[in-house]
Order: sequence, then C-alpha cells, then structure tokens
Amino acid sequence: MAKFTLPKNSKVNKGKHVPAPEGASNVRTLHVYRYDPDSGENPRIDSYGLDLDKCGPMVLDALIKIKNEVDTTLTFRRSCREGVCGSCAMNINGTNTLACTLSLDDVKGDVVIHPLPHMPIIKDLVPDMGNFYAQYESIEPWLKTVSPDPAGSERLQSHEDRSKIDGLYECILCACCSTACPSYWWNSDRYLGPAALLQAYRWIADSRDEMTGERLDDLEDPFRLYRCHTIMNCTNVCPKGLNPAKAIAEIKKLVAERQG
Amino acid sequence: MASTERPLSPHLQIWRWGLHMGLSIAHRTTGIGNAVGALLLVWGFYALASGPEAFAGFHDFLTSLLGRLVLFGVTFSVMLHLCTGVRHLIMDTGRGLEIASNRRIGILAILAAIALTLGLWAGAYGFAGAL
Repeated sequence: MAKFTLPKNSKVNKGKHVPAPEGASNVRTLHVYRYDPDSGENPRIDSYGLDLDKCGPMVLDALIKIKNEVDTTLTFRRSCREGVCGSCAMNINGTNTLACTLSLDDVKGDVVIHPLPHMPIIKDLVPDMGNFYAQYESIEPWLKTVSPDPAGSERLQSHEDRSKIDGLYECILCACCSTACPSYWWNSDRYLGPAALLQAYRWIADSRDEMTGERLDDLEDPFRLYRCHTIMNCTNVCPKGLNPAKAIAEIKKLVAERQG
Repeated sequence: MASTERPLSPHLQIWRWGLHMGLSIAHRTTGIGNAVGALLLVWGFYALASGPEAFAGFHDFLTSLLGRLVLFGVTFSVMLHLCTGVRHLIMDTGRGLEIASNRRIGILAILAAIALTLGLWAGAYGFAGAL
C-alpha cells in the first residue's frame, strides 16, 4: 500500500552549514542529504559553500571536493566519473541522474542532492541496492538456449537482429529509472521496475535467445510487469537516453499478441 | 551499527514533477472526481423518481451559480479523464513513448479536454438559451 509520507526515523532535519572559504568569488551552495547510521539520529541536510573557480565542472567533482577538503565523512559511490559505471546515481534538484555527467553549469541556483528516492539508506548518499540487484537476477539476464551449440562457431546474428537490442544493451543499471517510478516506490517488493524490465526485454528481443515464451510467462503477472502505468518518469530521467517505458510497452504487446 | 532500521530516502517530498507525471496523477484524481460527480446523476434520477417537488430542488441547485460551477468542474473532470485515458490507450499501443512525442500527446490531451468542456457548455447554453 502506498505511503506518501516518510516514516518517523526518516524525517529529514536541518543540518550544519559550512560557508565558502573567505575570498571566494564564484560561490555555489550545495545542500547534501546526510545520514550517519552510528549516531542514531535522523537524516539531515548539510549545506556547503563551494568556490566554483577551484572546483571541477561536474556535480561529482563538487562532492569529491567536499569530501577531500571539507568533510571526509561524506559518503557516496563513484567510480568511472564518465557515465559508464552508474555508481554515482543520485537525486539532484528533484530528478535522478548521474552526478558525474551533470555539469554544475546546467544546474540553476543551489544544488540540492539526495540519495535515489524511496530506498533504504545505508549512509549519506549510499542506498541499499540489494532488492534492485535481486530483481535483476530474477529476470535471468543471460543467454538461454535449448538447441545445441553450433560446432566451431559462436551463435551468430544478422546485423538486423543485432540492431534490435540497440537502446537496450547500453543500460548500466544505475537505478535512476526504477527509483524515479512512483509504481516502484509503492510496490518495489513485487513490481520489477523499469530497469529490470528493460533488461528482461533485452533478452526477449535477442534473436539468439530461445526462451522467449518462458520469459514472457515469468513476467505475465499483475505486479511484476503490470504495475507499469506508463507514468514515463523512467524514460525522462535515464542518463543514457534509453527508453524503459517503450521496452515495457513492447513486452506488454508481446504478451497480448500471443494470447491471440 | 547502532541503528537497527535504515531510513527511507525522500521521494514525493523532493521529486520535481513533469507534465507526464502530472497527467498520470490527473487521470487518477479525475477518475475519483468522476465517481463523486456521478452522485449528481444519482441525485437527479432520485429526484426525478420522487416527484416534481424533489426535482425542483435538484433543478434549483443545478441552475444556481454554485451548481453550475460544480457541473462545470465535473464536465472538465470527465473530459480530462477521457482525453488522458485516450492518451494512455495510445501509449499502450507502444506509441507516444518518446520524450518529445509523449509531451505532444500530453499537451494535446489538455487542450482537447479544455476545448471539449468549453464546446459542450457553449453548446448547452446555445441549446437551452439563457436557462
């Protein structure tokens, strides 16, 4: 059942403010969600004044600068810093994206940073992704076949068939889409969410996979697939420009078509 | 770890709405609005069956300023629900799911709902005269 408010232990308090160093001319303020599991206190929003003239261009650079120079306890995931790994997915000024590919110049005014929405928080900007990964695993994201392997070659695919997984295989599983979806917020225990469903369609659309029917059987469920109500937040936030809503619609069409 | 239960990160509280999400919620709220509006219809039938006096009360309410405002609201609710419903129907066929095309059919649904509502009322006033 949907619960629109935050539980008691999740209410966000006002935290401390660290002003920019004196003499800074190009100052931007970052408001960052902080949660320390060891303190037993509720989450809070700390704010930091940053001298942009002494900071890299991206939101992630600003977070790294805070961690390096202002508060070493600030905790967030990051790795590739170029939109390939999906680690630094977070909510910036009300929308989910990758901190590493969002330029500070493209954010107007203060930068407000929260973790991915409606997720259990381990610390600061680090959500527990366990359920999300388990859902990904549940769609069995690997090639499944019944025919014997061709002797002496790989399973081949025409250029045309290969192009059918364009816009699907590029997904980096950053979870921006799933955690942008109100249906996923209210039903993530049973609804697979846009990321896992896009990945499911990636294997359904693959000409080499021979388990399409079984995959559709597994998805045909009021919750796993049909909690998608085409709200379209997923497609609007995807930092890789993919279209999970379209992939889900294609799955629904395939299920409907085989019913004849 | 001191804390036993992890806090839930903010969601609705921080989310920046777009047209697409607003229309999806509008489809639901107008659905509820229509159900409430249908009570007017029930009242109308009930009054009709109860005799001229009861119907006069119903008629007086509907022709009052408040009654007309309520009826206008219900008309718009029905029309918006109809148009956003068609929008969702189109999306269920796999169309209108690109960001640009989705925005287009969203704006179109709102404009159509406004046009239908105003058209219906203009038609009703034209038909019924000054009422």
